[in-house]
Amino acid sequence: MAEVLLKVKNLSTLFRTEGGVVKAVDNISFEVRAGETFALVGESGCGKSVTALSIMRLIPTPPGEITSGTVEFDGIDLLKLRNREMRAIRGSKIGMIFQEPMSSLNPVLTIQSQLAEPLKIHMKLSSGAANDRAEELVNMVGIPDARARLQQYPHELSGGQRQRIMIAMAMSCAPRLLIADEATTALDVTIQAQILDLMQDVTEQSGTSLLIITHNLGIVARYADRVAVMYAGKLREVSDASDMYAEPQHPYTVGLLRSVPRLDSDKGAPLTPIAGEIPDLTDLPDGCAFNPRCPWAVERCFTDDPELEEISTGKQVACFEHASVALHD
Amino acid sequence: MWRYIAQRVLVSIPVIIMVGIITFTLVYIGPGDPAAIIAGDEATPEILERIRHDLGFDRPFPVQMGEWFLNLLRGDLGTSYFSGREITELITPRLQPTLSLGFQVVVLSTIIGISAGMLAAWKAGTRLDKNLMIFAVLGFATPGFWLAFLTIWVFAVNLGWFPVIGYKPLSAGLIPHLHSMFLPVMVNSILASAFISRITRSAMLEVLREDYIRTARAKGASEFSVFLRHAFRPSAIPVATVIGASIAGLATGFVLTETIFAIPGLGRMLVDAIVRRDYPIIQALLMVVATVLIGVNLIVDILYAYIDPRIRY
Repeated sequence: MAEVLLKVKNLSTLFRTEGGVVKAVDNISFEVRAGETFALVGESGCGKSVTALSIMRLIPTPPGEITSGTVEFDGIDLLKLRNREMRAIRGSKIGMIFQEPMSSLNPVLTIQSQLAEPLKIHMKLSSGAANDRAEELVNMVGIPDARARLQQYPHELSGGQRQRIMIAMAMSCAPRLLIADEATTALDVTIQAQILDLMQDVTEQSGTSLLIITHNLGIVARYADRVAVMYAGKLREVSDASDMYAEPQHPYTVGLLRSVPRLDSDKGAPLTPIAGEIPDLTDLPDGCAFNPRCPWAVERCFTDDPELEEISTGKQVACFEHASVALHD
Repeated sequence: MWRYIAQRVLVSIPVIIMVGIITFTLVYIGPGDPAAIIAGDEATPEILERIRHDLGFDRPFPVQMGEWFLNLLRGDLGTSYFSGREITELITPRLQPTLSLGFQVVVLSTIIGISAGMLAAWKAGTRLDKNLMIFAVLGFATPGFWLAFLTIWVFAVNLGWFPVIGYKPLSAGLIPHLHSMFLPVMVNSILASAFISRITRSAMLEVLREDYIRTARAKGASEFSVFLRHAFRPSAIPVATVIGASIAGLATGFVLTETIFAIPGLGRMLVDAIVRRDYPIIQALLMVVATVLIGVNLIVDILYAYIDPRIRY
């Protein structure tokens, strides 16, 4: 088994809003190994983006605050670093790509100046060397006519091209971890696949770990080695991606899988949405947060909150009834 | 870019013509008979009639306006009723005090306003931010003439640091010139910078919430670079608008300032001309001010395109 690159342990992040305290990330732990693709899946508002921003320490404070836990990256706890030390990690050891290609690039700076920036900051390249490297990067992400592109502004590029630029930027300093926060959600399906293939290619070539944050189970199935399912701020199931599709053990995972079409299911089989709605994060139900929507819920689920526990090698589930869930599926 | 600038310049021409028509018409239909003013109290109807005929007042309105425009094109702003001298000649010595005052105020208020606004945005929510914004609110709630009298009373009358009146031209030396202008420059700069600083602060705070600011931070950019390199330029558009507007405000504010501080500039000249009903001077000055403001707007428009590459009309 490859070495562990990123080890998140008991991480909690909360937001103090007018409606009350929101535990966006509640005591979660997971590991990303060197070179693997790890997916964090869940519905909107389940805390997956907050997890990514917490790792990068980009949570806007206030109202957000990381209240506990450690984020060990390459043996160093990022949460203990000084701001200056953390800045040396961002963009150099950890790259990040965001959801909105339209608004994630600065509209008044040329592609070149934005691409060259991390090279100048982290690798101390001169302007000339950084610009040359920027051109190579644009070529690497498959945008034709690189030299002309560098002089353009973001609004002159298409959404897919902008996301390629974002990848080039995030990969420019050869990071060990690339975080893609819903990086393809805003793109056309065909472009989505191209961008994901590109991310996979560039990370595989350099042995970079990829942390994909998505709500799209299709992406998980195709690209992820391992997957963590998140619901209402907590991890509910962590397993190998193939295992999760074959033998989901958490009722929420089962619900997610039943609500999307699959090539291997019976033709004409109806899709079943998960009943109910995402709970109000300021007012979670007692016990397991999934209990109002869970067909397997027993009495205990309404009083106690199950912890994530290892039920077999590489498989963790947070459910009292996981055995019967696995049987019934 | 050049195409865009050329377009903006062309668009300005009909605006200037419209301003000219309005200016001429307003003064034409305004109260008071210039012939009576020129002739004085004792004039007989025959004398009045002769003056009207000599100055061409008995001709039809379009003819008078057409002649006025033709003269403008030749650079002839007309002749003063009161002194009988060429207006261009009268205006020339008045330009320097007003331009000097305007230039100093624009430069100073831009520097003070943008720095204070950026500082407040940088320290948003802190006591420093709140104090700066209290000053800003006080600044644009304070009437200019009141602040002018207050500073004269404190710094000129009581402390004696600056002259109460007594403008010194640039030819008397740069330091004496700046010294004699110090109070009016400060009063106008403080008032103008109050507004600029508030707009700078709110524009910066808005831009700092943008996704691309998060991207910049994710690249490892320092807060300083995030602020100056990534956030300032996108937030400069409303700031440029406000600076342009404050120049327009200054143009009218100078009438007051120059009167209070006894500066022999265009503002004083306009007041004197209005009091004497010297219509050619009023018309000429309105045209000059309007042309300057159209020029300022043109510069602001061009600045927009420079600041934000997405802007092309």
